[in-house]
Parts: sequence; C-alpha cells; structure tokens
Amino acid sequence: MSEGPILQLKGITKTFPGVKSLDNVSMDVRQGEVLALMGENGAGKSTLMKVVCGVYFPDEGDIIYHGKKESWSGPLDARKKGISVIHQELKLATNLTVGENVLMGAEVPKNKFGLIKWDEVNTRAKDLLESIGSDLDPKLLVSSLSVAQQQIVEIARALSIQADIIIMDEPSATLSSKEIDKLFSLIELLKSKNVAIVYVSHRMEEIFKISDRCTVLRDGQYVGTVNTKDTDERELIKLMVGREVNVTKKKVAKQIDRRKETPVLAVNKLSDGKELIDGTLEVYSGEIVGVAGLVGSGRSELLQAIFGHTKAKAGTIKLNGEVIHNKDPRSAIQKGIALVPESRKDQSLFLDLGVGENISVIKIPTNTHFGFIKRKVIQQIEEDYKKKLNVKTPNLATKILNLSGGNQQKAIIARWLSIAPKVLLLDEPTRGVDVGAKAEIYEIIHQLAKEGFSVIVVSSELPEIMSLSDRAYVMHEGNVVGELTGDQINQEAIMTYATGGKIG
Amino acid sequence: MSVSQPEVNQKKNSTGANLKQNIGKFLNKMGIIVVVVLLCLLFSVLSSDFLTWNNIVNVARQTSISAILAAGMTFVILTGGIDLSIGAIVALAGVCAVSFSGFMPAPLAIIGGITVGGLAGYVNGILTSVSRLPAIIVTLGSMTYLRGIAYVVTGGYPLMVESNFFKSIGTGYLGPIPVPVIIMIAVFAIAHVVLKYTSFGRNIYMVGGNEEAARLTGIKVTSSLTWVYTISGICAGIAGVILAARLFSAQPNAGMGYELDAIAAVVLGGTSLVGGVGFIVGSLFGALFMGVLSNGLTLLNVPYYWQLIIKGLVIVLAIYIDRVRRKKS
Repeated sequence: MSEGPILQLKGITKTFPGVKSLDNVSMDVRQGEVLALMGENGAGKSTLMKVVCGVYFPDEGDIIYHGKKESWSGPLDARKKGISVIHQELKLATNLTVGENVLMGAEVPKNKFGLIKWDEVNTRAKDLLESIGSDLDPKLLVSSLSVAQQQIVEIARALSIQADIIIMDEPSATLSSKEIDKLFSLIELLKSKNVAIVYVSHRMEEIFKISDRCTVLRDGQYVGTVNTKDTDERELIKLMVGREVNVTKKKVAKQIDRRKETPVLAVNKLSDGKELIDGTLEVYSGEIVGVAGLVGSGRSELLQAIFGHTKAKAGTIKLNGEVIHNKDPRSAIQKGIALVPESRKDQSLFLDLGVGENISVIKIPTNTHFGFIKRKVIQQIEEDYKKKLNVKTPNLATKILNLSGGNQQKAIIARWLSIAPKVLLLDEPTRGVDVGAKAEIYEIIHQLAKEGFSVIVVSSELPEIMSLSDRAYVMHEGNVVGELTGDQINQEAIMTYATGGKIG
Repeated sequence: MSVSQPEVNQKKNSTGANLKQNIGKFLNKMGIIVVVVLLCLLFSVLSSDFLTWNNIVNVARQTSISAILAAGMTFVILTGGIDLSIGAIVALAGVCAVSFSGFMPAPLAIIGGITVGGLAGYVNGILTSVSRLPAIIVTLGSMTYLRGIAYVVTGGYPLMVESNFFKSIGTGYLGPIPVPVIIMIAVFAIAHVVLKYTSFGRNIYMVGGNEEAARLTGIKVTSSLTWVYTISGICAGIAGVILAARLFSAQPNAGMGYELDAIAAVVLGGTSLVGGVGFIVGSLFGALFMGVLSNGLTLLNVPYYWQLIIKGLVIVLAIYIDRVRRKKS
C-alpha cells in the first residue's frame, strides 16, 4: 500500500523568541499510509504541523511535496495544493448549515450573476458526505449536531478540496469509543483512496490500532520513526520521554467497611432535569472513586450538579451524613467541595494572569484586611503549593498561558488543594497532558488518597479509571448503572455497563 | 510563544539580561507613556507656547474630565463590558447637583449629584449582571433615557451655579494646581490601589479574563459586575460636577460623545476590549494623549474640522501599531 514519500521535510528549524521550537527535523509521509506523530506536549508536534500546512514559515529547511521543493504563502495556499487539517478544536461555523460548512473554503457554485446556487451546494455536500459513508442532511444546522457528527463535517470539508494529505490533530479527544470506531473505518476508507493521514494523538491504543508508522519528536528534535507493528507501548513511551515511565501502576485497592463508616459524600438520585437522570454514588475517606462512561453519559453533569454549577432538580447530597444544598459553586467551595473541571482553558485558567494568582485565586477573598490582600500570606500559599505539586514555572508572575498543559493542570490542582477540600472532584484530570506529567498527576492523586482526601475521578480513558480507582461507577444515558470494585474494574465490565448491557 | 523553562535555566540568566527584559516589559506595558512624551517633544519644537506652565496646567485641566471618565471606563472594559451611558450621566449628575444646590449646602449637593451618577451606574450593573443583558444594549438604552431625565429635570434650560464653593471645584486651585487635576490624580491613585491590591480589584481581572472559571472558583461574579458599572457611574458623576462647575452652569445636553473619548483613551492605554488585560495608568496617559494632541493642534492653528480628522486617524493608527507590537512580543 505504501509507495514513495508524497511529502518530505528536510532539516526544518523554527525558532520563536527565546525558544527553538523545531531543531533540524526531517521526516516523510508516504501515500496512502497513516503516520502517527507522537511526542509529549511541547515536543513540537503542533509547530511541525503548522509548518506543513502553511501557518508557519520555517527558518531553515525544505519542504518537498510531490517531488518538488515547495513553500506555501499561507494556509490557504497549502490547502489549495491538497493539504488539509482537522483541528483538535473543531473549526466550524455552528450557525451555518452542514452544506455551507463542508464547502467552506472550496469554490462555491455560483450562477452567472455571482449568486450562490444553493441546490448545487447541497448536492455537492451530500455527495461528499456520502463518499465517506455519512447520511447527514446538508441542510441541518451544525449547532444541532453531536461532536462526532461535526467531526464528519470537518472530514468532508477536508475532502472537498481533493486532499492528498489530511492532518488530524487529536481527532478522538472528544469522541466516544463507538464514534472512534467509525472514525477509524473512515480513515481506512481514506487510505484506500490513497490519501495520506498524519495522526497526532496521545492515546496508545489508537496508535496501535490505526497507524502504519510512528514518528516521534522530543524537545523539538526528531527522535525516530518505527513501524507500528514492530514496536510496543513501552518502547514508544521511552522514545517520547527519553526514559522509562510507568503509568499503568495498579495499586492495592482500599478496603472499606461500609457498615462502620459514614461516606464523606453520598449522592442519591441526583438529577439536573436534563442530561443527568439518576446520579447515585458514595465516596469514603481516603478513597479514589472512578466514574466511567461514554461521552454524553452524564458524568460531567453529575460532578457539576454536586458542585452546584447546575441546579439539582431532584435527589440529595450528603456531606459527612448531613444533607447539603449547593446553590452555586461558591457555597460548594465553602463546604469543602472542589472541582477541577473538564476544560482547562474554558473553565479553569485565567490565561493572562500569573501562575501565582491562578493558584491562590480561591484563597484571596478570605485573606484580606479591609479588602486589601494580605500579600505575604498569599505569596506563601502560592510558593508552598507550587512546590508541593512541582509546578515548573520560571516564577510565580509568569503568565500561565506560557506553561505546558501538564504544568497548567498541576497549578489548577494546586489551586483546589489550597482550600484543603473534603471532597475533590476531578473531571478528565489528564486531558491534553503529556505522559510524564500524567504519571506525576497519578502520583499526586494516590498521595492525596493516602492523606485521607476523598477523590472522585471522571475519565474517558479506561486505563486511567483502572489504574486509579479503588471503586468505580459506570454511567449510561444519565444514570449510574453499575458499581465495580477491585478486580471487577476491567475493560470488559466497564464497557458492558457503559453501553447499556448488564452483568450477571 | 515561549514554552515553560525549568527553573535552573532561568536562574543562570545574568541580572543584566533581566534588566533588559524588565525595560522591554515596561515599554511594552507603558508604550502609551513613551508616545505621550514624544508627542510633547514634537509640539514643544513646533510651538514655543506649548512648553509653558500656563499651557501645561491648561492641558491637565482640560484632560481631567475625560481622564476621570476613562478611569471608570477602565473598570468596565476590564470585565469585558462597555458603558455607553457615561456622557448622559455627566449631564444628569451635573443638573442634579446644581439643582440640589438650590436648597442644600453645596458640598451636600455635590455628593448628591455624584450619588445620582452612582445609582444610574448601579441600575446599568444590575441589568447587565443579573438579567444577563448585553452591556452595549443596556447602556445604549440608559444613554438615551438618562439624557431624557436630565432634560425633564431642567425643562431643557441650563441651570446656573450660584455657590462659590461649587464653582471652585471646576475653577479653583490648590496651591499652583487646579482642583480638577487634583481630583483626577486622586481618582487614579485610588483606582490603581483598588485594582492592584484589593480582592475586589483582582476579581475584576478574573471575571474579565474567564467568567466561567471565575464562577467555578467561587468569585462573586454578579456583584463584581454590578460594582464596576456603579464605579463607572460614580466617575461620570464626578466628571459631571466638575464640568458644571467649570462652566458655571449645568446643561442637559452636556457630555455628548464623551463616552467615545473615554473608550478611546482606555484602548489607547492598552486595555483589551475583550477583558482581563489592562492597566489603569495606561488609561490616564491615553486621555493625556488626546488632550495634548488637541491642545497642540490648536496652538498650531489647525482648524477644528481638521483636528477631528487628525484625531480620528491617529486613534486608528495608534491602535494598529499597538496590535502589531503585541503580536511580535
């Protein structure tokens, strides 16, 4: 299936003020293959892809495309020449129709007065969608689609320009496992049409399922390329981080005697009247409880309802045996409940403020004297928790947007630990975090449990649930449908519950 | 575009490099100060009248009103909002203060006028924060109805200021410095301290930077938003009193278009219209820039109509340069 390279990069170097983001990187992409591009956050994957698709112009090095030396004048130029990108965060105009989005950027059919021929737009979009096995109606508004369907629209758009290379940047990050399967069969279809795919992802299982070769970058340098079938997870991680890391550490599950202890948090039949129908779970002191389920099964909604971010329409929450009502996050925080939300950028970070202020934000209002912030106290808190969680930053005044995803996440966890919460709710704690930082975050969570914190972890990654949880709950369509302990927490059991099946 | 660097690397940097970095940072943040200084140099070369004590005092006094408005506007824009009603509040607070002074001591009347401004701002704040209406719509509405109230209060006629104390707010001196300038400096000093050292001030940056994150960290988003509009109203109230005192009369059609000058000053000062990023001293110099520019052009006998054209173009140019500079850094 693979022939000569369609795209070759030779000695690409790209420097930003103070940082050499890419250092003499060479790689090639072959026709009709799936090339996985791997590396930790900050390794230079996105920069390299931005060079390929014309967003950045390399300082040094050559791009050889179809055997000819090329340089694009910009992303549009690269697109016209057949290089398409599907971004991690989908770039669709959600208030326009599927058809308009599919043909966006391509030549739109117009009549002789220069007015758009809508019928033709829709038929052409429909053809493109059908060619990738989708029966989406081009007249639907994109805002009415699920994330997975929106991704299909992106792919159709990529094809609308006869792409030779499609770059997919973490396409599976927001998909459920069923949808990922669909995406993969689509990738196979594209392969058979001789399209080359560059697949950027952190998820090992996917890499092994879908890719032909893996190219690994580390600290802006090319480390190597391996044939996927000749390698294993350990070798890849070693290539990526330059040392051995153990992320799938299984620990001895904590034993809870339920008759003797009162749960720290007991949630009974909690409902938000929309996506969350029946949220029922308990967490005891020093316990890590996982919550698994497909995307859209109501996991995040459950955490948000506990935290008072959405109004609970029914059900009860008990903290140490006492019924509580959280009318807003503020009251939840005052009672000692902490939530590290799913989307760091949208829900956690104050990007333009310093790392220090991002850590101390919750402690600031309670450490004032006539409204004036007690600088010394706050600085001490910032310093302490930065150290405690090993947040790597030049200094506390550095804007947090300059930190890597892993260090940002550690700063956010530090923020919540600073209030010494009774219950810590973590929603996708390692999303967009590199392997090294991931191991560190796992270590932190284990340590917290040892210190007696109660932790609830929502995660889409099954290995994460399996390696962290003492107990795990599984959600399906807004209901908590299963509870697993110890060895029961395995892939098959979780998937059975998550897809609506029954065990036993 | 910098990636986080381990601490060890950072410490190796010599202090010289740090100093250079700090100067760069200062220039980046305070670019408008440099621009104002350059503009002053230019005008002192072109006109011998520019760099005289009298003229400097004159510029400072003329700038004081728009600077005070810009201070309040900075709070609002830092939260990602906008306040179009301040011009109308200037008029309303002015006519209220003057009509109050007809039946109560002048100091009380002045406080009363400023309070009216604060109340008008409070209503803006409630409508924006509690009812979740867009600020631009809320204040577009209040810009009109507050102006209407000002006309109703006066019946459309100017109200004369009788009290000498009242007049001194606009025309008096404290030592060699005009009272409005002293008020302006006080307003900015307070605003700077509030924004930098108080919990409320930091909350404003957080709400403007990421409202969702602010809510999820327990910050009182609603009350912070209500307060910034109230503060903007109070600043407009102060400006309204000064204006009436300077002109010896309060007019219901005073302050037309002042809101746009204030927004221009804030943006020139480097505060982002998106919210979360900005700097109060920048707004002061943004206002000074506009003041110096029109003063200099007048001294050079540039006709008023042409002044408008030049001012408008300079604003666009300044913001363009700022954008380019930011992108580079």
